[in-house]
Amino acid sequence: MTLIKEIDFGTPIRVSDKAVTLTIDGQSVTVPAGTSVMAAAMSLGTKIPKLCATDSLEPFGSCRLCLVEIEGRHGTPASCTTPAEDGMVVRTQSENLASLRKGVMELYISDHPLDCLTCSANGDCELQDMAGAVGLREVRYGYEGENHVFAKGKEGLANENWLGKDASNPYFTYDPTKCIVCNRCVRACEEVQGTFALTITGRGFASRVAAGPTDFLGSECVSCGACVQACPTATLMENSAIQMGQPEHSKVTTCAYCGVGCSFKAEMQGDRVVRMVPYKAGAANEGHSCVKGRFAWGYATHKDRITKPMIRGKITDPWREVSWEEAIGHAASEFRRIQDHYGRESVGAITSSRCTNEEVFLIQKLVRAAFGNNNVDTCARVCHSPTGYGLKTTLGTSAGTQDFKSVAKADVILIIGANPTDGHPVFASRMKKRLRQGAKLIVADPRRIDIVRTPHVAADYHLQLKPGTNVALTNAIAHVVVTEGLIDEDYVRERCDLADFELWARFIAQEQNSPEATEQFTGVPAADLRAAARLYATGGNGAIYYGLGVTEHSQGSTMVMAMANLAMATGNIGREGVGINPLRGQNNVQGACDMGSFPHEMTGYRHVSDDATRQIFETIWGVALDDEPGLRIPNMLDEAVGGTFKALYVQGEDIAQSDPNTQHVTAGLSAMECVVVQDLFLNETAKYAHIFLPGSSFLEKDGTFTNAERRINRVRQVMAPLSGKAEWQVTADFAKALGYEMDYSHPSEIMDEIARLTPSFSGVSYEKLDALGSVQWPCNEAAPEGTPLMHVDRFVRGKGRFMITEFVPTQERTGARFPLILTTGRILSQYNVGAQTRRTANSAWHDEDVLEIHPFDAENRGVKTGDLVSLASRSGDISLRAEVSERMQPGVVYTTFHHAETGANVITTDYSDWATNCPEYKVTAVEVRRTNYYSQWQERNREEDVSLRLIAGRDAGRLPDAAE
Amino acid sequence: MTEIVHADAEKREKLAHMAGQIADFFKAYPDEQAAPAIADHINQFWSRRMRADFIAAFEAAPEALPPLLRAALPALRRAPAE
Ligand code: SF4
Ligand code: SF4
Ligand code: SF4
Ligand code: FES
Repeated sequence: MTLIKEIDFGTPIRVSDKAVTLTIDGQSVTVPAGTSVMAAAMSLGTKIPKLCATDSLEPFGSCRLCLVEIEGRHGTPASCTTPAEDGMVVRTQSENLASLRKGVMELYISDHPLDCLTCSANGDCELQDMAGAVGLREVRYGYEGENHVFAKGKEGLANENWLGKDASNPYFTYDPTKCIVCNRCVRACEEVQGTFALTITGRGFASRVAAGPTDFLGSECVSCGACVQACPTATLMENSAIQMGQPEHSKVTTCAYCGVGCSFKAEMQGDRVVRMVPYKAGAANEGHSCVKGRFAWGYATHKDRITKPMIRGKITDPWREVSWEEAIGHAASEFRRIQDHYGRESVGAITSSRCTNEEVFLIQKLVRAAFGNNNVDTCARVCHSPTGYGLKTTLGTSAGTQDFKSVAKADVILIIGANPTDGHPVFASRMKKRLRQGAKLIVADPRRIDIVRTPHVAADYHLQLKPGTNVALTNAIAHVVVTEGLIDEDYVRERCDLADFELWARFIAQEQNSPEATEQFTGVPAADLRAAARLYATGGNGAIYYGLGVTEHSQGSTMVMAMANLAMATGNIGREGVGINPLRGQNNVQGACDMGSFPHEMTGYRHVSDDATRQIFETIWGVALDDEPGLRIPNMLDEAVGGTFKALYVQGEDIAQSDPNTQHVTAGLSAMECVVVQDLFLNETAKYAHIFLPGSSFLEKDGTFTNAERRINRVRQVMAPLSGKAEWQVTADFAKALGYEMDYSHPSEIMDEIARLTPSFSGVSYEKLDALGSVQWPCNEAAPEGTPLMHVDRFVRGKGRFMITEFVPTQERTGARFPLILTTGRILSQYNVGAQTRRTANSAWHDEDVLEIHPFDAENRGVKTGDLVSLASRSGDISLRAEVSERMQPGVVYTTFHHAETGANVITTDYSDWATNCPEYKVTAVEVRRTNYYSQWQERNREEDVSLRLIAGRDAGRLPDAAE
Repeated sequence: MTEIVHADAEKREKLAHMAGQIADFFKAYPDEQAAPAIADHINQFWSRRMRADFIAAFEAAPEALPPLLRAALPALRRAPAE
């Protein structure tokens, strides 16, 4: 195993139809027009010395180390800023160049500490490399002059140029003494990340890099790590590398946090991770990352990890650590007993969107083949199930239409109910880049989310609608399109079902859908809405990006269809720069859906009642399969409370924290006779479990994740499973114990089976993924290298289908008792239920859930920032701290659900989407008042953090992470 | 005993509510399209027992249902009991 070193071309390789041919040191080379001389040389393998250039950034031309000679030109131009031209003759080495470069290096080194041996970048420092490359042997200026290196001068007086280290960020350190002011960090923060947190203060010799008004943690910095990667010296350095030293080998793998699916190099010493570095060839992220994937991987080896299987009789008993054989044997005998007693349909499983495709596939196979029913569901139920339903109905496939790169061609970006800078940060960086280039932006969101106004980006329209009125808003946009004659008629005529279109057009043109009529529901001024609609319909390529603010409503599926209608009517599907794109939450939520996790669908979204599909599976699996749709998560819980559903296998999910109406969920779990939880940690759901099977982190297994752009990325094992078994092995053992053989020696064989069973995956194999890096499904004979864009010449379902999307207000209403609307969401540094991120230093940014409330509502209730307030709904009540915020509109409050002890889902109701039962997290009627107490639920939960999680033989059974 | 009666009533109410939401979506369509679409949706997504419970609860007293659901009721798939 070796350390993967990526080539740095110095400047970006341009995309161009025109090619130019030039000669460098006597060798001829052809590159796309616009490529720099430096990058052209590197494509021949010729490294021109450089310091301020790196190929993730535009050339800057400040260090003057990259000088070359060009025939017919005066002087020595910088090769990073000089574009290659046809017929150019370039020399990269000569006596003259060598002495010029030596001179430059000498100046740099005269203001740089000479402690290479003890420096954290030793072995990975471009300054060191360049000193070597130019043959620097002496520094004539000496080190006594003005410098930034020493805290004190010779006479013992303080050196006013000297600055101490900034270690405020928990993950990296800024050591100004080593800075060569090459500006790479500042440019990375601007060009790559788009945050503009860094500046160069001072001029000339006094200039230094500075973060925001105070230090890194106190600045706008979002800790994405782009500056750390860009820094050629030890000035900005990962703390883990400072502590551990340089890695010796690396493997490319995929971030296990969000649906962007960034590729990383896991840089290792033995089986210890030194750091995770974003991988340039990763097509989803192209070398960028966010704080979670880059830095927050410490949870994988956190001391709270449970690595031994455990069982107990009652949930109030202490856990007993047992062998794998005993745990799996016990689980199998319980499931058999329960099925014998309560019937075949009394058991089921929930698959995890955090696990690999292969692991998810095996769980649903376990349910269908070994349990003999279709009671399998996945946590996508509670987030993007309406996406599946809505897009399948209108377009014919349950997935986003574009790749991420497509946003670079968008002219008008419409973001609805998504908060990309927090939820999908790496994609947001791409989006912001396009917006800085001048694309227009429309944001429809009840809150003033960050992207509405961030450095060099301002939304043209922020449609600040009331929660729960998405459909009314989107219908109104479509109404403007239809009634103002903005329909792309040729497109609709050629590609859509005309009878459905006409039905829809007649409906949408009705007065009730006009911006003026819907204003009473949405609160969005009709004039703004009309202007935004015209912009979307006529501004060129219109691209819709949406998130859970669309799906998690009682009309979630309707809304997805309303957006699809709008995109079809304006001809905005089927080419680059347009489309309708769900921003998926968890890393493998797309994959979990693809892999047949829904109770009514086999892999590739084929209904269980379809005889032909079932037959293929029956032949390969060798068992008869049930043709009846099984239970969805809420139905399982309802039936558990009703007494007919008795056993559940939960793979890597925490429904007791993440699902709505916690008390209903826990009532369902408590009513079951056998709950099996497979997870890294003793999570909230495990409080109600009888069998605990330790899971393995993404670092411990081979497999694949599928991101929001349908991209199948490889996950590669870099350390052995701490529990001794990867999850897929556990599932296979469980199936065997139930009498159903599952024989695989490696996850690649599971993928081969998926490919055999699923037409849209038939071309996928580990071999191909290793060769191509990743592929986007459909990947089959028709598209052997995958499909970046869907619906290019025709829709997957044939003709696009317009659906009538009438606005039906949710039954959750505000009134005298509950006058405010609560909506929920997430923030950048924490992830979902927080089980992982809370176990990292990310809590430096967010250590508790707070309630955001508008100043007007706050003042009415005498609430100030920092006050403890009680938040009550029809479902329950909790207490948390308030934060008065202008981002809210009056009447609407907001919180996150990252911390179990807050219990935000105690508040949410069990209202759900009409088509898919996706819960309505985004609208709950609540009241807020000041309080001095935590709620009864919170107090009880605190006790149960201890009492339901005792482990026999551990110091008083208390887990380190129990609430204090 | 009362607990079971209570659970039954709750179940009935919940299923009726879910079916009502489905009907609310399709009511924008002409009746002759709406009723089969409602039945089809329920057949595709509800488990055997949920459909059986729903039918059992309302077959004898369909007046309790809104007209569209009443029209959809006969088209619900009746799967053989376990
Ligand atoms: S970590 Fe990212 S956001 Fe922070 S200063 Fe560096 S580039 Fe900017
Ligand atoms: S911190 Fe690093 S990247 Fe930034 S200017 Fe200094 S040496 Fe260059
Ligand atoms: S959390 Fe998402 S955006 Fe951040 S590194 Fe991981 S995949 Fe990329
Ligand atoms: S690399 Fe060209 S001037 Fe610095």
